[in-house]
Amino acid sequence: MQGIISAAGYVPFRRLDRSEIAKTFGSGGGKGTRSVASYDEDTTTLAVEAARLARKSAPDATINALWFSTANPAYLDKNNASAIHAALRLDSQVGALDFGGALRSGVGALRTALDGNSSVLVLSSDMRDGQPTSTDESQGGDGAAAVLVGSDTDGPVIAEYLASATATEEFIERWRAPGSRRSRAWEERFGEVKYAPLVEQAWNAVLKKAELNPDQVNRLLITGMHARAVRSIGARLGASKAAMGDDLATTVGNTGTAHAALLLANALETAEPGQVIALVVLADGAEVLLFRTTDALNAYKPKYTVAKQIENGAPLSYGKFLSWRGTVTLEPPRRPEPDRISASVSGRSEEWKYAFVGSRDNESHELHMPPARISRVGDAVDDMAAAPMSEVEGTIALFTIDRIAYSPSPPITFAVVDFDGGGRLPVELTDVDVDGLQIGDRVEMTFRKLFTADDIHNYFWKARPVRS
Amino acid sequence: MASHGIKDQVAIVGMGCTPFGEHWHKGTDDLLIDAAEETFASAGVTKDDVDAYWLGTAMSGMSGMALARPLQLHDKPVTHVENFCATASEAIRNAAYAVASGAYDIAMAIGVEKVKDSGYQGLVGAAKTPTDGTGRTLTAAAMFAMCAPGYGKKYGVDNEQMREVLARIAWKNHYNGARNPRAQFKKEVSMETITNAPLMAGGLGVYDCSGVADGSAAAIIVRAEDALKYTDKPIYIKALSLVAGNCSGNADPSYDYTTFPEIAATGRDAYAQAGVTNPREQIAMAEVHDCFTPAELLIYEDLQFAERGSAWKEVLNGTFDLKGDMPVNPDGGLKSFGHPVGASGLRMMFEAWLQLRKEAPEERTIGNDRKLALTHNLGGYPGEMVSFVSILGNELG
Repeated sequence: MQGIISAAGYVPFRRLDRSEIAKTFGSGGGKGTRSVASYDEDTTTLAVEAARLARKSAPDATINALWFSTANPAYLDKNNASAIHAALRLDSQVGALDFGGALRSGVGALRTALDGNSSVLVLSSDMRDGQPTSTDESQGGDGAAAVLVGSDTDGPVIAEYLASATATEEFIERWRAPGSRRSRAWEERFGEVKYAPLVEQAWNAVLKKAELNPDQVNRLLITGMHARAVRSIGARLGASKAAMGDDLATTVGNTGTAHAALLLANALETAEPGQVIALVVLADGAEVLLFRTTDALNAYKPKYTVAKQIENGAPLSYGKFLSWRGTVTLEPPRRPEPDRISASVSGRSEEWKYAFVGSRDNESHELHMPPARISRVGDAVDDMAAAPMSEVEGTIALFTIDRIAYSPSPPITFAVVDFDGGGRLPVELTDVDVDGLQIGDRVEMTFRKLFTADDIHNYFWKARPVRS
Repeated sequence: MASHGIKDQVAIVGMGCTPFGEHWHKGTDDLLIDAAEETFASAGVTKDDVDAYWLGTAMSGMSGMALARPLQLHDKPVTHVENFCATASEAIRNAAYAVASGAYDIAMAIGVEKVKDSGYQGLVGAAKTPTDGTGRTLTAAAMFAMCAPGYGKKYGVDNEQMREVLARIAWKNHYNGARNPRAQFKKEVSMETITNAPLMAGGLGVYDCSGVADGSAAAIIVRAEDALKYTDKPIYIKALSLVAGNCSGNADPSYDYTTFPEIAATGRDAYAQAGVTNPREQIAMAEVHDCFTPAELLIYEDLQFAERGSAWKEVLNGTFDLKGDMPVNPDGGLKSFGHPVGASGLRMMFEAWLQLRKEAPEERTIGNDRKLALTHNLGGYPGEMVSFVSILGNELG
């Protein structure tokens, strides 16, 4: 039985209140908030966070492959899934592939994994941009989702994959040139007219395959960038009104490539065993997937639910949003910008840099971060065991605010962190409001992009307050 | 395992020090020539009389040729040394050992840094080694800023008291610097100005941080038995101690940012080499590395000028003032001089040279007649530093 073993969404910490946009420019915006990735996040790091959460819910599950989809990749040519693979410390025999470009690639990769017979960690991630005051800017969102697909031999399946159907047709409705941050769209009514029959075609096909009636669908999740088509199609599918799930539009915004899986993760976190969940995605055609939750859901305990992440968000000013997106460039501290990192040095320290693995001396049991060959206690040589630290929490021993150091978003907050079970690292904090920060506060690690130089992204770990 | 030292085996017989400051019209070569010529004249020697040279610079030149070319040294051994902010001290340490070994009769140690050509305020770092990008990006100011809450928490000094203590250290150093024509900043600064200055990192304001300056300083070293041929007031080297830390403070959860173990170790070693048993009573003055005011506070305790947990009270009592019981940084320190990395260690010794020879100007004369001076130089950060301590004396024995 192929299905879902675990699923998680990652909603970045910051929220832009859409009303701030109109206050600044006199137009645009709207009601509610949208999620905003931090200046030190990109679609790769967002996906790492979602993947970490999904793995925490199913720590023993097998992963044979990692697939990553985004319409906003950190790199072209270079495989972004490889950095995620490294951050998750997966075995080198686990394949990691990018499914790039189109918004449809997110749900496409998910369906392909479900149609297969192997366990695949399907990741989708996006950061949605638009011109200031545009609908895309205010209604878009940033986020990622992870769905671990597999069969019962890989881990307990919490949602059985019942069936799927697809409908494809070429029409020019929404498009974006490579390198551009601005999407364009045709006149709204055209898309609405084109989508309706395609969705109905796929919907009818999937119900027939699964031998279900529309009123047997307990949760109906519909998403797509064409908001008007998404809104109008719901009523035409025959499901009950009560089945219509939250599309997270007023809190997170539409996270594009990631949104289908994000809605699915959110639904699974509140579903009961035995419920039928339908996922309908409008993206240059239609994709419809049907699931039925299993009794394994009873024992399934998500570490940090989408709902909780939404609740814990903190505001970000529109000015910061514009600077984080590169729309406006602020005066940096007058310090030299960092040099690009060395590929060969990074290659040698992959375990430390990407997976945050220190070393523990077998004799003194002292933890070394970064890993060392000679112990600082007892002086044993080459007698260390790998010490994975990415999921270990810690406590702030001391912290400081650095107003003069280079940062893409100064000032830097920095803390000396003592990890549970031993080990200390002076490390940068992120997703933190300095007011209220105290010695003794608890922190956890998060995978971030420290800076970019020569188009090379420097990924490493920072600490953030524990909110889960 | 032994650290015997070379007490009374070598002597400084000439010194020079350029004014420190923003030398927009002087390059590294000019600073080296100025300091070297003053030093040659001080000792009454020529460049050809000097058998070997040690050049300290962290970021203004590579190889011995950075000195041989501007001074036009002919067939002389010139060694370039670098050891973070203890670079100049490292130069004299090696020169002294070379003379003590008998390899040379006369050696020069010279340190220089031309910092103000970078286009940035503050130090922008030396060698750019390719990295994996995981190293800390924090400034030194932020790292030293953590010593203040660390110390306050351990010894019950609240934020307001700590603010006063740190301001008092800065105030003292600027008071001294206002009496020193070679200093970069030659003005007294009020406690109020210091306290209300814009924040740089943590609780540290502008006046808690040393400035950045260009400068050069040098010394001529000979065997002690030859010293009186050059001057009737030689300064004898009593101790030279260096520790390069293993950076364990970064990784050791027991490190609490209230002490610099490397400094404490160099202090113990230097006192043993010099036979000092009670630093507070035997040392006339000290020049210490006041890169940031919390550093100077902790150094008092690490070098045993004050009991653990008591230095903050002694600061407020004026113990370390120019006329205090134990004058520290009578020349104004890094606070008044700025910090040309490769020159500061020798600049500190230049003040010891003046004070022990009773050549400091009247308004900057310390208030005791003890025979020993201490200089201390650190490079790096809390938890990972190089530390150097020298003890100099105006008498043998």
